[in-house]
Amino acid sequence: MTHADSSPVADHKRFFFDKFGITERLLERCLGEALSAGGDYADLYFESVMATSLGVDEQIVKSASQGTSAGCGIRVLSGERTGYAYTDNLSPERLLHAARTAALIASGPAKQPVQGFIETPSAELYPVPLGGYDLDLAARLELILRADRAARAFDARIVQVRAGYSEELRRILVAASDGSFASDTRPLCRLNVYVIAKEGEVTTKGAAGGGGRAGLDQFTGSKSPESLAREAARGAILQLGAVPAPAGEMQVVLGPGWPGILLHEAVGHGLEADFNRKKTSAFAGLIGQPVASPKVTVVDNGTMAGRRGSLNVDDEGSATQETVLIENGVLKGYLSDKLSARLMGMANTGSGRRENYQAIPMPRMTNTYMLAGDDSPEDILRSVKRGLYAVNFGGGQVDITNGKFVFSASEAYLIEDGKITAPVRDATLIGNGPEALKYVSMVGNDLKLDEGIGTCGKDGQSVPVGVGMPTVKLDRMTVGGTGR
Amino acid sequence: MPQTTVQPDQTSVDLESLTADVVAQAIKAGASDAEAVAREGDEFSVTVRMGQVETLKDSGSRGLGLRVFVGKRSASASTSDLTPQGIRQLVEGAMALARVTEEDPFTGLPEAAEFGAVQGDLHLYYDDVYSLPGPERIEWARRAEAAALAVDPRLTNSDGGSFDAATGRMVLVNSRGFAGGYRTSYAGVSAAPLAVDANGQMQRDGWWSSARRLADVESPESVGQEAARRTLRRLGARRVPTQQVPIVFAPEVARSLIGSLFEAVSGDAIWRSASFLASRLGQQIAAPALTIVDDNTLLLPTGAGGFGTSPFDGEGLPSQRTVVIENGVLCSYLLNTYTARKLGLKSTHNASRGLAGTPGVGCGNLYLQPGTLAPHAILAAIPAGLYVTSLMGFGVNVVTGDYSRGATGLWIENGQLTHAVEEVTIAGNLAEMLRNVTAIGNDLVFRTSVAAPTLRIDGMTIAGS
Repeated sequence: MTHADSSPVADHKRFFFDKFGITERLLERCLGEALSAGGDYADLYFESVMATSLGVDEQIVKSASQGTSAGCGIRVLSGERTGYAYTDNLSPERLLHAARTAALIASGPAKQPVQGFIETPSAELYPVPLGGYDLDLAARLELILRADRAARAFDARIVQVRAGYSEELRRILVAASDGSFASDTRPLCRLNVYVIAKEGEVTTKGAAGGGGRAGLDQFTGSKSPESLAREAARGAILQLGAVPAPAGEMQVVLGPGWPGILLHEAVGHGLEADFNRKKTSAFAGLIGQPVASPKVTVVDNGTMAGRRGSLNVDDEGSATQETVLIENGVLKGYLSDKLSARLMGMANTGSGRRENYQAIPMPRMTNTYMLAGDDSPEDILRSVKRGLYAVNFGGGQVDITNGKFVFSASEAYLIEDGKITAPVRDATLIGNGPEALKYVSMVGNDLKLDEGIGTCGKDGQSVPVGVGMPTVKLDRMTVGGTGR
Repeated sequence: MPQTTVQPDQTSVDLESLTADVVAQAIKAGASDAEAVAREGDEFSVTVRMGQVETLKDSGSRGLGLRVFVGKRSASASTSDLTPQGIRQLVEGAMALARVTEEDPFTGLPEAAEFGAVQGDLHLYYDDVYSLPGPERIEWARRAEAAALAVDPRLTNSDGGSFDAATGRMVLVNSRGFAGGYRTSYAGVSAAPLAVDANGQMQRDGWWSSARRLADVESPESVGQEAARRTLRRLGARRVPTQQVPIVFAPEVARSLIGSLFEAVSGDAIWRSASFLASRLGQQIAAPALTIVDDNTLLLPTGAGGFGTSPFDGEGLPSQRTVVIENGVLCSYLLNTYTARKLGLKSTHNASRGLAGTPGVGCGNLYLQPGTLAPHAILAAIPAGLYVTSLMGFGVNVVTGDYSRGATGLWIENGQLTHAVEEVTIAGNLAEMLRNVTAIGNDLVFRTSVAAPTLRIDGMTIAGS
């Protein structure tokens, strides 16, 4: 081990060493066992998670729960093959057994892992709270009680309020046969408010949330319980008077922040290296080609302090980075993990992520956003004769093979003669990834990142992500409403 | 080929006595009631891509969850650490959390007289799912992919073929005298080929077969061939203009409509008024031909229990059959104990239980009763329309009923399926869609726990070019 004992990494490592009796010698034995049938590479991923959640509902603190889990996933790579086994019992016998199981993917003479680990330099993007079991529950309860009060006070038509707070502390340690070694302690918390509004026969819902890899002091300003509660309540009240969304192709203006989910679906997934290595993505072979308007530059950045999608090191122990995906409309790069980087002969972008120790890592996004342009949001809206202004969204989805993607607007308005008019009911927007961003004709100067609510699913694995965008005008997009 | 053997990561822990002990410890620590759940499971999966093994996974895990009540306060905790120290922390953690929650008059375990389990073998577990030797499992995955790629030269790439097997066991014990447990098994095979047309347009689709018993899983060849057919029929897809035409939902997407309907009749949405079906009990809410049943005791034609079948629900109440909609009339919500109390109704024994948290509402085998029309007869009556084979996105709002999703399918012209359609949305409102079901197919098959036959719905809007 080559680190100084005072580094934060030493603390992360000591957690597993102290709590589970893991030793450097044991790590080496497991890696040796993992390569006992050959294979190019093996790694061990230790994980320990402590999660707490609290909920207020009908002004009553109804729920409180906590969960702890720990385990280790062992992976062996042999060419394009992956062998994987995991165990929630961290005894040497079970770890060695899991290593032997994963080893079966290869068939050949045993290989020797590199002797001695070299630790990945780790960023310090988030504070590491002490304790874990001894949370100050009162301070956390206060957040959801404040949210509850603010949502109820917003409007008498708000008839139901639910607020929840959840927090986890995830510790990881990665040791690999190439000698790489990394550890991290990742806090993540989130505050959510859900409301129901009712007026006569019409019932609507509203939701808002925020969070990130930071302490309770992040819940101020736009993420204060009051702001989030008002945002949820405002959305529900607005929907009470919404008209049917229009149907068909039209100009669409996306507001700043969370509508950046467009980028996540339209281009982000299609640029994950595994799909391009296998040539199953609509973006395969398009590096260096124009895939967007020259006004569009999109990056994925895992190194932003405190953000929900950020990581000091990825789940393979590699340093995270800022990766340019699209620069002035031209496709620049893919998001890669160790396997795809090796097989494709490209740089590892530190994008190897997994949901937990039971899951095989793959290339994933972190915080994905479009850089700001020169246009003022007012000019953008003024330029639209008839269109849709969408400022908030539910989820999205993409078929990476044919490039078709959807994302569902939960707050949107008609634009008529350059003015925002009636709010519209929920509608899905649909487009084609490699084409959609070519229709971007104006990019606002108001880049904003989301409040920290995104969760991305791929192959059944969920990971926290962030998105962001300035106000953007697309000259053509299909809006899936029922109206004219 | 590598050799693999299944050795689930399980040491011999008696889950029944472990959960009973956890409940006893919680009571001793001051809980007025307690409920513990233990789960253990193991999984095997292999994917083969372009003829080569891509991933092979073989593992198992366990977990324990505890819910405690202190009068009308409650809290829960879960752990993967089943050592005495881990269990002590579990009990202490749950009790500490119960002190910060507040009294909820509706909380609490069901009454002792309500507990029970369906008697007799529900055929949920078959040990044949692990009977194939390791190389044979890889072979199943390989065969599924190979069969797909052999169908047509335009199938040139693949997301692979897979074979999966899993077994699990759950045990539920509470302080009011319920103790029960059951085992489940699963095996499945799938294929996902890619096709490229003359213009370089790529399409992917897939197919799968799964069952509780390996013997009931369709052959890898038939799965591969069906996957190929589904991928090929997407080639040449184009957009269609914005318009209103009849929409025909293929069974695999009609199923998702039933899933949305489940959310709308789930007690949690109902008591909050967060459903377009709240307060509609006893009313005609759908076309008279529509009957929807949730049957948690269902045995499939193969004799195996359905994927939604279980002897008891997540609170220890015996599984039952509930008619949700009969001839278009909303007959029952789906309820657990809490939501039933909130509504002044009786539980329909639909509690779902994870390890942590309070029980939710889950459905068992939820299905739409088949009609008499063959699917081709439904299509034959439509001069112009869209046959939807897959849906994208999350555009279903069960509070307002607003429905808007991305759709892929085939254009119907003069009763025949013609070219493929993509990059359009279909939109409507669930309340109207339920009333506008104008044809129901006779092709109900329980491929998953939620099932529906082919459905025709009128009055929806396609948004396209």
